[in-house]
Amino acid sequence: MKTAKTATQNACKLCNPLGACLAFRGIEKCVPFLHGSQGCATYIRRYLISHFKEPIDIASSNFNEDTAVFGGSHNLKLGLKNVTRQYKPEVIGLATTCLSETIGDDVDMILKEYVRLFDNGEPLPDGKPLPIMIHASTPSYQGSHIDGFHAAMKATVKQLAAEGPKKNLLNLFPNMVSPADLRHLKEILKDFSIPFVLLPDYSQTLDGGPWAEYHRIPEGGTPVKAIRETGMASGSIEFSSVLDDEKSAAGYLEKTFDVARYTMPLPIGIKQSDAFFGLLEKLSEKPLPEKYEDERRRLVDAYADGHKYIFDKKAIVYGEEDLVVAMTAFLREIGIVPVLCASGGKSGMLKKRLKELIPDCEEAGIKIRDGVDFVDIEDEARLLKPDMLIGNSKGYTMSRKNNIPFIRIGFPIHDRFGGQRLHHLCYRGTQELFDRIVNTVIAEKQGSSPIGYTYM
Amino acid sequence: MEKIGILEGRQKQVYEKNGDGKEFDIKCETTSLSGSVSQRACVFCGSRVVLYPVADALHVVHGPIGCAAYTWDIRGAVSSGPELHRLSFSTDLKEMDVIYGGEKKLHQSLTELIAEYQPKAAFIYSTCIIGLIGDDIDAVCKKVSQETGIPVLPVHSEGFKGTKKDGYKAACDALLKLVGTGSTEGIGKYSINILGEFNLAGEAWIIRKYYEEMGIEVVATMTGDGRVDDIRRSHGASLNIVQCSGSMVKLAKMMEEKYGIPYLRVSYFGIEDMSKALYDAAKHFSDNPAIMQAAKQLVSREVSELYPRLQQFRKALEGKKAAIYVGGAFKAFSLIKALSSVGMSVVLAGSQTGDKDDYNGLKEMCDEGTVIVDDSNPVELSKFVLEKQADLLIGGVKERPIAYKLGIGFCDHNHERKIPLAGFVGMYNFIQEVYNSVMSPVWQFAPRKGGLS
Repeated sequence: MKTAKTATQNACKLCNPLGACLAFRGIEKCVPFLHGSQGCATYIRRYLISHFKEPIDIASSNFNEDTAVFGGSHNLKLGLKNVTRQYKPEVIGLATTCLSETIGDDVDMILKEYVRLFDNGEPLPDGKPLPIMIHASTPSYQGSHIDGFHAAMKATVKQLAAEGPKKNLLNLFPNMVSPADLRHLKEILKDFSIPFVLLPDYSQTLDGGPWAEYHRIPEGGTPVKAIRETGMASGSIEFSSVLDDEKSAAGYLEKTFDVARYTMPLPIGIKQSDAFFGLLEKLSEKPLPEKYEDERRRLVDAYADGHKYIFDKKAIVYGEEDLVVAMTAFLREIGIVPVLCASGGKSGMLKKRLKELIPDCEEAGIKIRDGVDFVDIEDEARLLKPDMLIGNSKGYTMSRKNNIPFIRIGFPIHDRFGGQRLHHLCYRGTQELFDRIVNTVIAEKQGSSPIGYTYM
Repeated sequence: MEKIGILEGRQKQVYEKNGDGKEFDIKCETTSLSGSVSQRACVFCGSRVVLYPVADALHVVHGPIGCAAYTWDIRGAVSSGPELHRLSFSTDLKEMDVIYGGEKKLHQSLTELIAEYQPKAAFIYSTCIIGLIGDDIDAVCKKVSQETGIPVLPVHSEGFKGTKKDGYKAACDALLKLVGTGSTEGIGKYSINILGEFNLAGEAWIIRKYYEEMGIEVVATMTGDGRVDDIRRSHGASLNIVQCSGSMVKLAKMMEEKYGIPYLRVSYFGIEDMSKALYDAAKHFSDNPAIMQAAKQLVSREVSELYPRLQQFRKALEGKKAAIYVGGAFKAFSLIKALSSVGMSVVLAGSQTGDKDDYNGLKEMCDEGTVIVDDSNPVELSKFVLEKQADLLIGGVKERPIAYKLGIGFCDHNHERKIPLAGFVGMYNFIQEVYNSVMSPVWQFAPRKGGLS
């Protein structure tokens, strides 16, 4: 049992700026920029690249000792100029780090000064208009990567969303999901013929085709023009269970521009997917397209075909709190007992939201823990003896050591190919998850059987 | 295609050898240009990579969670015994710690972790904000060391205090505190330490076996498959053999000064350099001709076995062009030689941390038209691999997607590799890796090859 409690061991979370960089990659012609040490940008690039297998360029203001003493203003301005010259972005997504926040750099003021330089006659880099600079405050000593993700998106709408006559337009804030999920969401909204803004949209920037030349900023992403219109939308859907109103982009749009906000868990499982599609039917005043009706029917059929293999199996599920909530609800509807729902995040809402969604939480013996690391989870695993682990690839060590079958979902997936192409959402994503879970149980049974049946 | 220019402020870090008689005066060993998307990491990274493989030490990162999370089990540095180095420990500082200081949390963390994991020593890495909030980690380390009886070593690796190279120095400083604290009893005359070899995919084991076969005793490998007790007695060795240009020469120099141990710089990549590394050690122990005799036998045996196996690749690879972008420039020398042994030429050679001597050496070695770069970035690298029509890029994780996106073969020669590329067997693996990527039929679909469209 773990007795060392003070330190975090094998963290089940990442730092705030990583989430911001990921989210900024979902804006068209945007370069993420970290105000801090060179290492922050490079480590985060490496971490993201290992999952997405795409070039991910993140600029850095590259602090040195002088910067730390005298402030980051000079480096930031020089960095902005250089990145503008070399990348020709329309947007620079600027996120802070623990370093710049601790020395107390007033980034908004530095940005104002920077803009003023050009007003006062300094030649523009390459004679083009200055890129839009969006600033998100993301000190690593607060929260975790998911907070950075939301902070970047809130800062984006705060800066860009404009007032105007209401339009037939739906904003969708999908949370931190895979490029495949984003593509699927777009397909759904198109099939409903709903004009929409999906933010962020890194479905192409982080999972795109080959290049004949280096694309300094890969094609794809949510256009600035579209983000401006989010303030005129008739509604926003945001997938989240634990996001605080103050930190939410949809919350900001509701408060500032009176854009109706529909908050719901990530649509994983039939019930949550039904809720999402139901809302789309209501908002679009159109029936569910036949295609999704079919997907749902196949999923219900698959549930029937596969239910026995998995009934009453015990699972540990971990990851970002929103993912854990949605996955737990899904596991409950297929008869799996999520004996531990764990997250490295700590919004303070995990328990409450899970209990709302799964009223029999306590009777079912579901343990809920936030702010944990992988050593905590492993300690629990030894006692709970789960039949499977469900979460990102960082649980592999624990799975191997304790011989627990492992299903990789979410981010990061560093030890398997194709993490960016995994579906999690809606009937289609649920089908994929269900198939993988059932097959994991069957494979385990087959592998440990003395007979080795060649049929199920 | 739009012509990509080199950023103002970086022009002196890029050089093309073209016989115009222009003076070669590359700018290097400087901090990265702000906004340039350098492939380098930071001071902390430099320290972390050097010390990481010490397998029975506790490695605690003092700071917010990111620095520890991103360096959790990321290297292919394997251990024959304990694997404490593959775990990640962080004081995970929060806002209140930043305001009130993290010393107490560090002390408590160390006390608990040492009690639980019973390490032989502990390395405590300072991250950026430790340098700002003024935690006295030296004092905390000293106190914990007194309380627990094990060496607790501060590593001054605040990310912004220099470049990755300064991190190497901080790591060497920490190691030097361990060196000389153990008994040298029983160490023979023909003994070495292997420095700058990190046992990626078991490479240190391959090298160690060669030296042992020659009758040379290996006291400590630093830091691959490293053990605290070996490092403590490493001052008993007669010679330090240092691989990897930047990272551990500093320790060798300090050990020379303090303990009078001479050092040799070597590389274990490619037939030529690997053989030389063994011969140089044998020459050092020239009073024992049996060592040279054994070295000759070893090299002759390995080369005669390896050479014909390499030739099978030559026909396919002859005339192909490679671009090299690695951490330390010293490695680039070996790679150029290794590639030329199968008929491949090098069109770009660059590094994150090379010094003037390194780059001068590269310039001498390279063919006309070769581009030499210091502290490059994705935009420049892609510009040159395309302009020079490279068939292969050699680099690390961050360079890989650049190559693949552009339809170019790639070989990982960095920390994450899982295939040993050092030694004679490593040379075979290396060329096979190159072959497997360059000759893959998948490139026929790449846009630059017409994309079959």
